[in-house]
Amino acid sequence: MSPSRESAAPLTKPAPLSVTLRINGESRTLSVAPWTTLLDLLRNHLDLTGTKKGCDHGQCGACTVLIDGRRALSCLTLAVMKDGAEITTIEGLAKGDELHPLQQAFIDHDAFQCGYCTPGQICSAAGLIAEGKAKTREEIRELMSGNICRCGAYPNIVGAIEQAMGGGR
Amino acid sequence: MNNFDYVRACDVAEAVKMKAATPHAKFIAGGTNLIDLMKYHVEQPRRLIDISRLPLTAVEETSAGGVRIGALVPNSTLAYHSLIESRYPLLASAILAGASAQLRNMASTGGNLLQRTRCAYFYDVATPCNKRTPGAGCSATGGLNRNHAILGASADCIATHPSDMCVALAALNATVQVTGAQGERAIPFADFHRLPGDRPDLDNTLRADEIILAVVLPPQGFAANHSYLKLRDRLSYAFALVSVAAALELDGGRIGEARLALGGVAHKPWRNEAAENALRGQAPGHEAFGRAADILLKDAKHVAHNAFKVPLARRAIIRTLTQAASGTPQIQSIKTIR
Ligand SMILES: Cc1cc2nc3c(=O)[nH]c(=O)nc-3n(C[C@H](O)[C@H](O)[C@H](O)COP(=O)(O)OP(=O)(O)OC[C@H]3O[C@@H](n4cnc5c(N)ncnc54)[C@H](O)[C@@H]3O)c2cc1C
Ligand code: SF4
Ligand code: FES
Ligand code: FES
Repeated sequence: MSPSRESAAPLTKPAPLSVTLRINGESRTLSVAPWTTLLDLLRNHLDLTGTKKGCDHGQCGACTVLIDGRRALSCLTLAVMKDGAEITTIEGLAKGDELHPLQQAFIDHDAFQCGYCTPGQICSAAGLIAEGKAKTREEIRELMSGNICRCGAYPNIVGAIEQAMGGGR
Repeated sequence: MNNFDYVRACDVAEAVKMKAATPHAKFIAGGTNLIDLMKYHVEQPRRLIDISRLPLTAVEETSAGGVRIGALVPNSTLAYHSLIESRYPLLASAILAGASAQLRNMASTGGNLLQRTRCAYFYDVATPCNKRTPGAGCSATGGLNRNHAILGASADCIATHPSDMCVALAALNATVQVTGAQGERAIPFADFHRLPGDRPDLDNTLRADEIILAVVLPPQGFAANHSYLKLRDRLSYAFALVSVAAALELDGGRIGEARLALGGVAHKPWRNEAAENALRGQAPGHEAFGRAADILLKDAKHVAHNAFKVPLARRAIIRTLTQAASGTPQIQSIKTIR
C-alpha cells in the first residue's frame, strides 16, 4: 500500500484536452489525451517522424526538440503542459531547400552512420549553440553528452558542431 | 502509463487546495522523473496537477544576505545564474555534473529534491521492493547491489538518493521552504531527506499536502575553496557511484569552517559532524583529510557488490578536499582529475 501504488484503480477515460502549439512556425490545435507525450503527438498525430523515439525514458536524446528555443526531451514532455509553446523539430530547421548550417556541417563531416540519432543530435546542437556555453571541444562533448550515438560518430559530430559554431573547419 | 486526468494550477493556494482535494493526485513540474516512473507503472497517480506555470521562478538575494531559489527555477538556469556562479560555484558545479543539458533545461529545483532512487528493483514492478510496496521485501539486499548504500542503510532498504544538486545543497546548509494545509514552514536541508529505517517508502519529510516553494541558501558560499567531484561508470550522463562536495574556509593556513557531503553512498546526501569537526583548526593536507575520511567512513558497511565504494569514497574525499584547499575545483567538462 505504498503511496505510489495504492492509486492503481482504473479510471474512467478522461475527456481529451485541446492543445495549441506553434510547430515549425505553424499553429496547430489538436485534441489529445493527457498522457500523450510531445514525442507521440509529433510522430503519431502530425506525422512529423523526423523526431525519433529511442528509449522513451530520457536516456538517449534521440527525441530532442527545441521548446521555446531551449533543447528538451519530447519523450518526457506531456503535450498538454506545453499549450501555447513554440516547438522546433528537425523538419523546421532548413529554410526551404537551404539546409541549416548544422545539417550541412553534419554532411560535410560525415557525422552519422545509421542516422537514427542525427535529428536529436542536430536539434541538441542548435540548443547548445544558442546557449553559448561551449567554447572548447571538451565543452562540446560534455554539453552534448545527452545525445547517445550507437554508431559512435562522436568525433565527427563534435567536428560538425565546431564548424557550425564557426570555430573549426 | 495509466489513464489520469490533468489540471493546471494558477497559483500556489490553488495548487495546495487541488492536492488536498484529491489524495491520489501528484504535482508535476519538469516531469523528468515522474513521467519516467509513470511509464514503468511505478507511479500511478489518478490526476496530475501541473504546477509548472506557478510564479516560483525567481533567483533573488534575501535580506539576510543569502539567495532564495524558486522551486520552479530550471536546473540549467540555476547553474548558469550569475549569483550562483559567482557566490555558490559549488552548487553550479554539482548541477552541471548531473543528467544532461536537455534534462537540466526541463528539471526544476523542487523536482530535483524529490527525485526517487535509481535502484533497478524499485523501477521493476515485477520484483519485490519495500520502497514501492512496504512489506514486500528488498530485492537488492540479495541481488545486484553494486550501486547501493554503504552508510545509513537499513535491513529494509539499501537504496541511495541519486541527486547531485542535493549534495551541494546539503554542504551549503540550505533550507527548504514549503507550504501546505497547515501553513508555511522551513525545513533544514539535513532534515529534508530521511534514512530508510523501517519506512523506506518515505524518501523525505515533506507532507502529502505540502508543496515546495523555494530553497534558501545562507550567505556563506565558499566561493574560494570548494569542489564537487563525481565518480561514475561513464564520464558523463550517469549517476554517481560516489560523489563528494567539499567546502572550506581557510584562515591563515588553517581550516576554519569545513563542509563535506557525499552522494551515491546513502539514502540521503551524507554529512558527518565529527568528520567536519576534525578538519576545523587543522592545516589543510593529506593527513587531516585522511583522518576526516576515516571518521566519516568508520561505520561504512558494504553488501555483496559495492565493497569498492568504501576505498573509492576515502580517496574521493581526500582528493576533493585537496582540490578545494588549493582553489582548483574539478571542472565538469574536463575529465582528468587533478
Ligand atoms: C536519464 C536521466 C539521467 C539523470 N541523471 C541525473 C544525474 O546524474 N544527477 C541528478 O542529480 N539527476 C539526474 N537525473 C534526474 C533529474 O535531475 C530529475 O529527474 C529532475 O531533477 C526532477 O525534476 P522535475 O522538475 O523534472 O521533477 P518532476 O518529475 O516533475 O517531479 C518529481 C517529483 O517531485 C514532485 N514535485 C515536483 N515539484 C514539486 C514541488 N514544487 N512541490 C512538491 N512536489 C513537487 C512531483 O510530484 C514528483 O513526485 C536524471 C534523469 C534522467 C531521466
Ligand atoms: S534497496 Fe530499497 S529501493 Fe531497492 S529494492 Fe530494496 S527496498 Fe526497493
Ligand atoms: S527517446 Fe527521449 S531520450 Fe530517448
Ligand atoms: S548515427 Fe547511428 S546512432 Fe548515431
